[in-house]
Amino acid sequence: MSRVRVLAGTRKGAFILESDGKREKWEVSGPYFTGWEIYHIKGSPADPNRIYASQTSGWFGQIIQRSSDGGQTWETPGGGPEKSPQGWPMGESNKFVYDTSPETGKPLTTHQFYDGTQKPWVFKRVWHLEPSLTDPDTVYAGIEDAALFRSTDGAHSWQELPGLRGHETGPQWQPGAGGMCLHTIILDPSDPGKIYIAISAAGAFRTDDGGQTWKPINRGLRSQFIPDQDAEVGHCVHHIAMNPTRPGVLFMQKHWDVMRSDNAGDQWREVSGNLPTDFGFAIDVHAHEPETIYVVPIKSDSEHFPLDGKLRVYRSRTGGNEWEELKKGLPERNCYVNVFRDAMAVDTLDSCGIYFGTTGGQVYVSSDAGDNWSAIVHDLPPVLSVEVQTLS
Amino acid sequence: MPVTFQIPGPLRPFAGGKGQVEIEGSPATLRDALEALWAVCPGIRDRVVTEQGEVREHINLFVGREDVRYTGGLTTVLPAGADISIVPAISGGVVFYN
Repeated sequence: MSRVRVLAGTRKGAFILESDGKREKWEVSGPYFTGWEIYHIKGSPADPNRIYASQTSGWFGQIIQRSSDGGQTWETPGGGPEKSPQGWPMGESNKFVYDTSPETGKPLTTHQFYDGTQKPWVFKRVWHLEPSLTDPDTVYAGIEDAALFRSTDGAHSWQELPGLRGHETGPQWQPGAGGMCLHTIILDPSDPGKIYIAISAAGAFRTDDGGQTWKPINRGLRSQFIPDQDAEVGHCVHHIAMNPTRPGVLFMQKHWDVMRSDNAGDQWREVSGNLPTDFGFAIDVHAHEPETIYVVPIKSDSEHFPLDGKLRVYRSRTGGNEWEELKKGLPERNCYVNVFRDAMAVDTLDSCGIYFGTTGGQVYVSSDAGDNWSAIVHDLPPVLSVEVQTLS
Repeated sequence: MPVTFQIPGPLRPFAGGKGQVEIEGSPATLRDALEALWAVCPGIRDRVVTEQGEVREHINLFVGREDVRYTGGLTTVLPAGADISIVPAISGGVVFYN
């Protein structure tokens, strides 16, 4: 029978939640990496036993963790020997060093700060890890300050794909409220050369040649908080989702506005429709119905909680514009949590499961595509990310 | 005379779970002692210093009760049998966005 493994990254460690295909009874393990922020934890589609986690701390810096047995044991695949002479772990920081070499065109070394001045790029943390669709040892990392890195040796070493940061618009990129982070990476299963990424608050970009050259794909986005509302870059894209069976169709939760593109991001149109508020972070697509999408509306950019204290998921079965409220099993009052951009996921079971985590420490599941919800756990630390693996 | 490092909880996984690590050989300065610590517990190095080799912004190092920021930093001379503490800065009310 099929099983699911939910990987939750929180402010104080990682948790693994497992169930059979009914998704009624859950076993919870963790916390792993206790006390550390786990910005993202995600399994390899090519080998579900391989899982990567971004472990980070404002005090101690960045560590990449790797499991090869489905999360039971972990190692820090640094650059040198795995153990000290005493047998203690190396815990190397998996150095993310910006590429400024002449061979790669010396990517621009400054970006715009909040006050409009230019600041040098400084590595802060890994926001998102995207394992390759075909090779368990290849994984992409989206980092703050925004850049895209790739490892082809199971996270032992990392190299920047410098063409992105070297894009001519680089000096115009500036941070959003959460920092200048590359938070979304989507690999196109139909075309290994095509990758989509998104940066707060530069916008979305696409490569068609495996990461050598990049193109801003922000046409149709409008952002009131920038001087030129239709600018090529400067949009605060919060997240993008894609159904792998229809790789040219993208859905975006922008700072404000839910957007859709039918041509791989070349042009966007708004599909917020009847949403009660179109601010939010998370967005995802049903595994089997590529026109069915999910968002969690958040009141506003200064009030990061649901409208009226009622936690609601909204579903559109028409690819946007017409939205229905999903509330069965979700808090009806006094709920003032947030749902972060990487904290929603879908499984691929016949009856598609939808998952999301909150800053209140709940992880919710719906095993019937959103009609009914229940909390798998209630009291985790604030949830930063949720991913799910469907296991046969 | 050996010196002793006090290891904070989050870094103990990199020190075999120990809260104290003793360094033999009477290191003369804090830098010497840290390099000896890295040799024994290499995983701690990158948690205490940045990729540029500077002590991380929110990490404090104390020799006895003295914050080394005021005693010469990494060149601080160690007394015999020094007790060196690695102390993450206390913080609260951190604004957190995601």
